[in-house]
Amino acid sequence: MATTMAKALNAALADAMADDERVVVFGEDVGQLGGVFRITDGLQARFGDKRCFDTPLAEAGIVGFAVGLAMSGLRPVVEMQFDAFAYPAFEQIASHVAKLRNRTRGALSVPIVIRVPYAGGIGGVEHHCDSSEAYYAHTPGLKVVTPATVADAYSLLREAIADPDPVVFMEPKKLYFSSADADLPARTEPFGRAVVRRPGRDATLVAYGPAVPVALEAAEAAREEGWDLEVVDVRTIVPFDDETVTASVRRTGRCVVIQEAQGFAGVGAEIAARVQERCFHALHAPVLRVSGLDIPYPAPMLEHTHLPGVDRVLDAVARLQWDDEPDPRWLPATQGSAA
Amino acid sequence: MTTTPQAVRRASPRTRRRPATPADPARPLLPDAEPVRLLDPAGTPLPARADYPEPPADVLRELYRRMVVGRRFDAQATALTKQGRLAVYPSSRGQEACQVGAMLAVRDTDWVFPTYRESMALVSRGLDPVEVLTLLRGDWHCGYDPAARRTAPQCTPLATQCVHAAGLAYGEAYQGRDTVALAFIGDGATSEGDFHEGINFAAVFKAPVVYFVQNNRYAISVPLSRQTAAPSLAYKGVGYGVPSEQVDGNDPVAVLAVLTRAVAHARAGNGPFLVEAHTYRMEPHTNADDATRYRDGAEVEAWRDRDPISRLETYLRARGELDDDAVAAVAAEAEAYAAALRERMNAQPTVDPLSLFDHVYAQPTPQLVEQREQVRAELAAEREGDA
Repeated sequence: MATTMAKALNAALADAMADDERVVVFGEDVGQLGGVFRITDGLQARFGDKRCFDTPLAEAGIVGFAVGLAMSGLRPVVEMQFDAFAYPAFEQIASHVAKLRNRTRGALSVPIVIRVPYAGGIGGVEHHCDSSEAYYAHTPGLKVVTPATVADAYSLLREAIADPDPVVFMEPKKLYFSSADADLPARTEPFGRAVVRRPGRDATLVAYGPAVPVALEAAEAAREEGWDLEVVDVRTIVPFDDETVTASVRRTGRCVVIQEAQGFAGVGAEIAARVQERCFHALHAPVLRVSGLDIPYPAPMLEHTHLPGVDRVLDAVARLQWDDEPDPRWLPATQGSAA
Repeated sequence: MTTTPQAVRRASPRTRRRPATPADPARPLLPDAEPVRLLDPAGTPLPARADYPEPPADVLRELYRRMVVGRRFDAQATALTKQGRLAVYPSSRGQEACQVGAMLAVRDTDWVFPTYRESMALVSRGLDPVEVLTLLRGDWHCGYDPAARRTAPQCTPLATQCVHAAGLAYGEAYQGRDTVALAFIGDGATSEGDFHEGINFAAVFKAPVVYFVQNNRYAISVPLSRQTAAPSLAYKGVGYGVPSEQVDGNDPVAVLAVLTRAVAHARAGNGPFLVEAHTYRMEPHTNADDATRYRDGAEVEAWRDRDPISRLETYLRARGELDDDAVAAVAAEAEAYAAALRERMNAQPTVDPLSLFDHVYAQPTPQLVEQREQVRAELAAEREGDA
């Protein structure tokens, strides 16, 4: 039956709350309103305002409160209303959520889920479209998960809530109302497994979250150019599945990593480095990255220039040294061109 | 006309409307304009207060005993730092009434959220002093089991524990338990956002938390005047609808009386309570600090005259609750405590580098497994090189 990612996330929350009364859901506007994206729609009516409730508008407070609730034995799921609105909570996340298990040699754990609607492509004004995954992925102790399909949205969120460790659950806003046939409750591959979304022989596109549909579209378009591209959906940035990504690139010999976030020091850079370390002798071309620009997220009328689209992906694929010629941009300057 | 704090208090409509409860008879939101005090600085009793009954004599004797042992522990920790056994030690000498009074005000089943300056409070709570000092010795971060001891790890990021206390207390109440959370915080940290978010969350959700501010007048070197323009830090409660009180933090009897009432207020379901204790840190911020750069000796000497231990000793002796023998016995106990700690801390702790990977996640990621293997190989090569 066709359903949207938003409905799948809502169903995952409802089913988790029905299965485990320790699960409590809170944040800004998640109660009566059902969240600004309606991900918590109906939860308060069904489970009562003790299990799904609004809080003061204070993100550090929301996450810190969740830490305390987890210490008392509950399973908090909190919503950060938008990516950039989660920044006030960063100290709580980096200093406590991520570290409590380690600081206490496992005596305390923080099984909380921090849901972050993230990334752009929805025409949002400033502070509503950041791709903030790298901040979390760079913080040991956090798991960082981002679904790209409806079934994954359900399954990964259920797994996040059941996980003994804190999970930053990054929901691509532009995919909220994407629709697919999915029988819920769906169970897909567990944390730590990337998935080949489209098999191909010539090159591997590695993508996650909002970049996965772009990669799939690019792979489809590439057929006209005669390229048969494989698409790997990372799904869980932490823990990262080197095995699936490496196996794919070793098969194809070429790799483009795609992310919507700005590129410098990003998750794509980490993936490209890992692929290069593990697949060097199987590679026919340098591992390339396609990402957003290294700029603050632009105003809505300019976001299409920023966002990596099919053309930018195909341009990168074209540079994968198909004729064994090195990319001229990276050649050492000759006397002639130095002038 | 100037508005005195008393006038504000009388004028507060909330004060008049506030419903009385058995544990909380018409409790005004604003604190008394003057800190609650039951002993004068010399240890002479002041007129009794119906709202803050004096704790029983046996409790006060126990308070005295723990303060003496606590101070000796603190001095021993400072000495261990000078000997290089601890990386750093933030002393709470001079704050014994607060450190120990707070621990006598809570039950073993209550949760405590300490900062790095609460080592004395934690040993007073009965935690193993070596486990408490693990953080400062540096063989791990938190040396005790927080769940078993219902004591959160000593918190370094200022005020962040205030929100945890609110969540913990709410979660406990939600699950039908009558736990109270007591969160320690210093004067400087009341400027941090998480102090305000914590007290606000606790108030909105009526979480049973006691926020206990030890105002020792300096945040490292920065004086209170740079933290607040409020009449006192206790006045910060009113903006959140949280009743508050200020107390002479060097009067052990008053500290225990006020905190006992604050804990009862929280446990009875009335929500959080804010207590500010006016006290003084006699030592520098840590051994690495030079307090002469920001405060003069006369100020320190003036506070020495308000010493909380001699104040309580004088009072208990005058009441016939303490004599030379009892004082000597407590002093001997404190010495024995310090000697045992010294001996245990002289043993070099063993740390296993491979344990670094044990508690990052419940199950290590494949990447951590790889790194663990790499470190294991490095260590094996090192041992081979040594052999």
